[in-house]
Amino acid sequence: MSGGSDIAIDVKGLTKSFKGREVVHDLSMQVKRGSIYGFLGPNGSGKTTTIRILCGLLTPDSGEGTCLGYDILKDAEKIKRQVGYMTQRFSLYQDLSVRENLEFVARLYGMRDARGAARDMIKRLGLSGREEQLAGELSGGWKQRLALGACTLPNPKLLLLDEPTAGVDPKARRDFWNEIHALAADGLTVLVSTHYMDEAERCHEIAYIAYGHLLTHGTVEEVIAGSALTTYTVTGENLNDLTAALTGKPGIDMVAPFGTSLHVSGREVAALEASIAPWRDNSGLHWHKSAPSLEDVFIELMGRSKDNFQG
Amino acid sequence: MSAVDHPAPAHEIRERFGFWKRSYAMLIKEFIQLKRDRVSFAMIVMLPVMQLLLFGYAINTTPHNLPSAVLLQEESDLARSVLKALENTAYFRFIYEVHDVDEFDNLLKSGKVLFGVEIPRGFERAVRRGDKPALLVAADATDPVAASAALGSLGMIVQTALAHDLYIGNPPEMPFEIRAHARYNPAANSSLNIVPGLVGTILTMTMLIFTALSVTREVERGTMESLLSMPIKPVEVMFGKIIPYVLVGFVQAFLIIGIGVFLFGVPVLGNLFLLALLSTLFITANLAIGYTISTLVQNQLQAMQMSMMFFLPSILLSGFMFPFAGMPNWARYVGECLPLTHYLRIVRAIMLKGASMPNLRFDAAALAVLMLVAMTIAVTRFRRTLD
Repeated sequence: MSGGSDIAIDVKGLTKSFKGREVVHDLSMQVKRGSIYGFLGPNGSGKTTTIRILCGLLTPDSGEGTCLGYDILKDAEKIKRQVGYMTQRFSLYQDLSVRENLEFVARLYGMRDARGAARDMIKRLGLSGREEQLAGELSGGWKQRLALGACTLPNPKLLLLDEPTAGVDPKARRDFWNEIHALAADGLTVLVSTHYMDEAERCHEIAYIAYGHLLTHGTVEEVIAGSALTTYTVTGENLNDLTAALTGKPGIDMVAPFGTSLHVSGREVAALEASIAPWRDNSGLHWHKSAPSLEDVFIELMGRSKDNFQG
Repeated sequence: MSAVDHPAPAHEIRERFGFWKRSYAMLIKEFIQLKRDRVSFAMIVMLPVMQLLLFGYAINTTPHNLPSAVLLQEESDLARSVLKALENTAYFRFIYEVHDVDEFDNLLKSGKVLFGVEIPRGFERAVRRGDKPALLVAADATDPVAASAALGSLGMIVQTALAHDLYIGNPPEMPFEIRAHARYNPAANSSLNIVPGLVGTILTMTMLIFTALSVTREVERGTMESLLSMPIKPVEVMFGKIIPYVLVGFVQAFLIIGIGVFLFGVPVLGNLFLLALLSTLFITANLAIGYTISTLVQNQLQAMQMSMMFFLPSILLSGFMFPFAGMPNWARYVGECLPLTHYLRIVRAIMLKGASMPNLRFDAAALAVLMLVAMTIAVTRFRRTLD
């Protein structure tokens, strides 16, 4: 038992296959207590499977580790008591009201005053006045809020959030992240999977997973620095023509339009410089070397991992 | 409490009585969901009432006013009196009187009549002479139940008619007597037999379906994922899902028996408390089987199909449709494994014969065993992970 340790999740070599298809491959990760850990990766990359393994919903084919100091293979019941899991799909009872859903959770965890706990949570979530509304009739943002409320109700030590903000408007997303930061400040560890780059940047640490492989992890700065990607930002006219001309040239791994500018990135600086040289002096274009954005890094990783694991 | 600006977790979690608390949480949830589901809620009442009225009034295995034809080849007092006697039984209603064999055959063939009686030429004279003339009776036996009951009654009727109305050489007392004594149901009134049977059949059907859908519904709606991530155990889920429906089953049993007593005059000769107790056992056994089905299947459609697969043999092999004693051995063994078989014996015995517990020990024990077996399978089969 490492109950006093400052590591909330510590797993090694997790592997999981479904019908012969490996979904998670030799995945190891460590998450510090009280931190917000972002889990990124394309659809079907194994994020949900990993999260389900962590909370005991799936048994890994191989691998070991601890979650909150409990063995993920043997102590699933103990882990469940202290982990709040928010599923990707809304999984509260649509035909129960807000209050009834929260009371159900409170009773299930054996809270002494289930009604009181639900009442306090409704207040905290700002759902007062909607407590008798059926959960299925709430808007996306409110549903997600209620789901977060339900999984934080029994005072968990670890929150596992699986794409909690998918399909939620920006204001609700921001409120949601403020809430997550407040919870982390209280000492809660949060593991959250997301597709949004701005959300990734609000995490203390991130990990990128593709095709079941954990490709990189660390703080946002570390991940960007570790990518060894050189990026030029181009502004000017006829960027569409430039995109067509540069795509596929040696040294150019990625050409991506960002509004009125174009990001041209590559891992091999010399080859990249050589390929863009003919356009460098074009008076209509302004080139400047910049740090790659997190998105550049991820898209490049995704492209590379596709070659490596799907070829 | 260190941080003042964050609401402290004021609500403590107690581990004591965890089993009861979690089962109770599940139970309350199921009750609320049932209450919200207006259609299901209405069906709880509608289903037994409708079925009982349909079965009770429409389905009567005792023939009644069977449309019949008579081929009259002589006009005699004796012929008339035989026909009168037949009609008096209320089994037959003579709607055609024909004088031609082809016409007679066509009526039967077309289904216009189910029954035909031919009185041959020279019938009365032959009887007077003691020649024992043949009285031809043709029945449409495509409905064997109706036909056989009517045929069975025929011989006696005719003999009685002859003995009463006639002055024939036969002795006034018949040399032999056919006595049909239908015990417990002297009028051979089907509803007396059918109402208690329906209690069991309706309960089997509704209870099975209610719980057969319960687990798959959670899986299909996606709520299973969060339920499994919470610290609830398979037994607790099962109790939470079964207990509300025990109450539902009880209401249904009460309705059926109530209607049976007040509308159909079915007696309850035995102890009502015993009936309630054993009914609860039967209801729980069926719920447990339904719940087992729901842990074995992948979706609600499969659950429905599997329930039907269980329901059909229950109807056919339990003694509800056909007499249990008349079935071949293998069918009886299968029948013994069905809760309905045992409950039918129990409910008929208590209601119609006034049986008490010592008479019913075997069937009550069988119900308990079937219930426990189903529950054990359900708990061990319940998938605690999404693997």
